[in-house]
Parts: sequence; structure tokens; C-alpha cells
Amino acid sequence: MIRTENLEKHFGKLHVLKGVNTSFSGGEVISVIGPNGSGKTTLIKSILGMVVADKGKIYFDNKDVANDFTYRHHIGYMPQIGRYPENMKMGQLFAMMKDLRKSTSALDEELLNEFHLTAMFDKPMRTLSGGTTQKVSAALAFLFNPKVLILDEPTAGLDPVASEILKAKILKAKGEGKLVIVTSHIMSEVEEMADKIMYLFEGKINFFKTIADLKAETGEEKLGKAIAKIMKREANV
Amino acid sequence: MFKISKYVIYDILRSKVLIAYTLFLLAVSFALFSLETDGAKSVVSLLSIVLIIVPLISVVFTTTYFYNAYEFIELLVAQPLSRNTILLGEFLGVAVSMTAAFLIGIGIPVLIYSPTATGGVLLLSGVVLTLSFVSIAFFSSVAMRDKAKGIGMSLLLWFYFAVIYDAIVLGILFSFSDYPLDKVVIALASLNPIDMARIMVLMKLDISALMGFTGAVYKQFFGSSFGLLYTMAIMLVWIILPLIVAVRIFKKKNL
Repeated sequence: MIRTENLEKHFGKLHVLKGVNTSFSGGEVISVIGPNGSGKTTLIKSILGMVVADKGKIYFDNKDVANDFTYRHHIGYMPQIGRYPENMKMGQLFAMMKDLRKSTSALDEELLNEFHLTAMFDKPMRTLSGGTTQKVSAALAFLFNPKVLILDEPTAGLDPVASEILKAKILKAKGEGKLVIVTSHIMSEVEEMADKIMYLFEGKINFFKTIADLKAETGEEKLGKAIAKIMKREANV
Repeated sequence: MFKISKYVIYDILRSKVLIAYTLFLLAVSFALFSLETDGAKSVVSLLSIVLIIVPLISVVFTTTYFYNAYEFIELLVAQPLSRNTILLGEFLGVAVSMTAAFLIGIGIPVLIYSPTATGGVLLLSGVVLTLSFVSIAFFSSVAMRDKAKGIGMSLLLWFYFAVIYDAIVLGILFSFSDYPLDKVVIALASLNPIDMARIMVLMKLDISALMGFTGAVYKQFFGSSFGLLYTMAIMLVWIILPLIVAVRIFKKKNL
């Protein structure tokens, strides 16, 4: 569904992505992990077209996305820190997004209802807490029923109840054949949701494997330990 | 694109800064018209407001608006919208609001007290100046990531066109006064939208004789119908060119 070829990105002198080759297909939850500053958000933003890569190509359904924007109809994005027009009320924000996306497919208002956001529709966005803003971001990402969901640290800042609702929603989306790309630092969560793990380190893919393979390879039961073991092994080589 | 502009205009109307600007222009123009019995004289006084204050407010308002709308732009970029549409939609929204404020603030008093051709040219030059300085402000805000740098650059450009440029032109005219400068003078004026607007209005006022030799050159060139076309074309370039550059930068910008 999404393929990247030799993606390279510099921010000034900083070499953030050093030739990322990868491909994702539907019906999977992919977890992108890696230390802070390893290029996770840059990779995600490149796929979304928010960051323009220096070199390399990105294909969406085998079509090059350079100078194209229509493919974003099929992507729902939840940013790490959602920032919205401050003067706008929550209801106006949702109305505006519906107006701008002109989506033809049925709307998915499940999260909107489960997070009880409709009750807060006349609150201005600037008065919302961080967690509520995250809920808005999540509801917006799922709203247009896209076939690809890109979630940047979705559960950071959410309360346990909301986190569980969101995780259930992610697994449901996967069941519907959607591709879900999630970045996270919480290993237990990754283990619960992800099928495959992509480990980014200093702008390169260190490994991209299924969880089962990882565990079998290292003989560890816990994902966190398995990854730690692989990291140590790589460091010794 | 028009949808984006619609939301931009809603947002601007909510902030009330624009309403304050409109009221300020209204107050100044009514005051100037009631001080003078001769409408033409008030138009000349209004001209200095149009040439200095209108570009300044356009530049400052647009730049601050752009940085405050950064979240909105970020949100839009992840949606199925092209970057051209986003930036042009933003531009159109700001341009329409600023032009409306100008037309209400200066246009209504001029229509009441001095509904002459001169008044019309004053309004036209004000609208064109508003648009070109909104466009210049878009260029500096897209080019600079940092808010302070963006506002600084906008102010610097305004200061350059409103003050420094004339000093440079004067310097050139003095140092090369032994040479025929008529063509050069016209070319130099074209490089500054504020000068173009000033010439447009002064030509209508028939006071170019006061400007001596340069005035005669101006009268001969800009007074003709070709001159008027030329002025309009150059003013249009001053609106479109900074905008095109801004769109080009914005297409490659990392958000």
C-alpha cells in the first residue's frame, strides 16, 4: 500500500533519514520504534507530504506521491501534539474538516461518541486540556474512514480508559483491512497492538520484523527484553 | 481554495484587530475631510496616510496573522489539499479582508466628501498597495520559520520601500545630475510600489509642476494613456511576483 525508496532527509547539517527503504500493506499494525530523534516523526511526515524529502520516492498504491495530494484522501493522521486554530470551537473544527475533506465515504463517528466529544462541541479549542486535544486528534484521524491511519504516539497523554478505547479502535481498523502505522515508546502497548516492528536508529532501519520472529530469534518472552537483546547484539558486532 | 479563504475571513473577523483598523481609517479620513473645505486638499493629506500607514498595517497584520494561523496551515497540509490551494486560499482570505477594511475606512468618506476622479485614483492606489504589501508579507512569512525574524523582515521591507528607497533614489539623482536621467527615473520609480502609487495620484492632482524637472518627465510619461497602462501593469507585478515566490517556497517547506 505504501512503499518508500531510498528516502533521505537533511535538516540543515542534521542527516535525519539515511535512505529508508520499506513497504507496508493493508490489514497490519506496524509499530515504528526507536530512540528520540531517530527520525520516526520525519518518516511519518514525509509519507504525509508535510516534510519534503531530499531524495528518494514514496509510492501510495504504486503511484508516486510527489506533486500529488489526492492520495491523502486515504490517510487519517493523528499528530504527536495536535495544534488547532485557537479561536475555533470544537464543533466548528469538526464541521470545517468535513467541509474541507468533502469525503464521499460514510463518516466514522465512533470515537467521537465514545470519547463523549459531542458534549464539548461549544468549547473553544484553546481551553482544552492536552488529553482532550489528543482525543480530538484521534477522532479526526478516524472520522473519514481512511484506509491508512498514521498515529504518532497516540496514547501519550490519554487517560487509561481513553487509551483502551483507542487501542480497541486500532485493532478494529486492522480487522477491516486497514493499514495502521503507530509510533510508540511503550513496549507493552506495542506488544498488544503491533504485528510488525520497525526499529529506526539514526535514520536507518535497524530491523523490520514480526513480533513472533523477534521473540523466536532471541528466545525471550517479553518484547522489551527481546529488543534489548537484539540491540546489544548489534552493538557488539 | 475559496473554502479556505472563507475560514480565514471568519477567523480574522473574530480577532477584532481588523475592525480597529477600519475604525482608525474612518476616524482619520472624516477628521481630514472636516478640517478642510476643499476636498482635493484633504485627498492630498489622505495620500500620505495611504502611502505610509496602509502598507505598514498590511505588512504587520498579514505577517502576524500568518504565524498565528500556523496551526491551521499545519492541519491543512496533512489533508487532501494541494499546497498551492492552501497558500492562495490564505492569501485570498487576508487580501479580501484587508481590502474591505480599506474600502470601508477610506472609501466611504471619499465617496461622501470628494467623489472625484482623484478620489477614485486614491482608492485604486490604496487597494493596489494593500494587495502588494499583503503579498510581500506572505513572502517574508513563508521564507522565515521564526516569527520574530518574519515580522522583522516584513518591517524591514516596508521601511525600505517607504523611507530608504527614496533616499537612495535622491542620492542617485544628485550624483548623476550631469547625465540625462529621465528614463532612469521612471525605471527607478517602477521598482517601488509606494512610488508608483504616489505618482498615480499626483498625476491626477495636476501638481506635478511643483516637482520640477522630474515632475515634467513624470507628467509626459505617466500622464499618457500608455503611462497609465504601464503603471497598472507594474503594480500588478508587485502583487503577483512576491506571491509566486511565496508559493514556490511554500511548496518545498517542511512543516
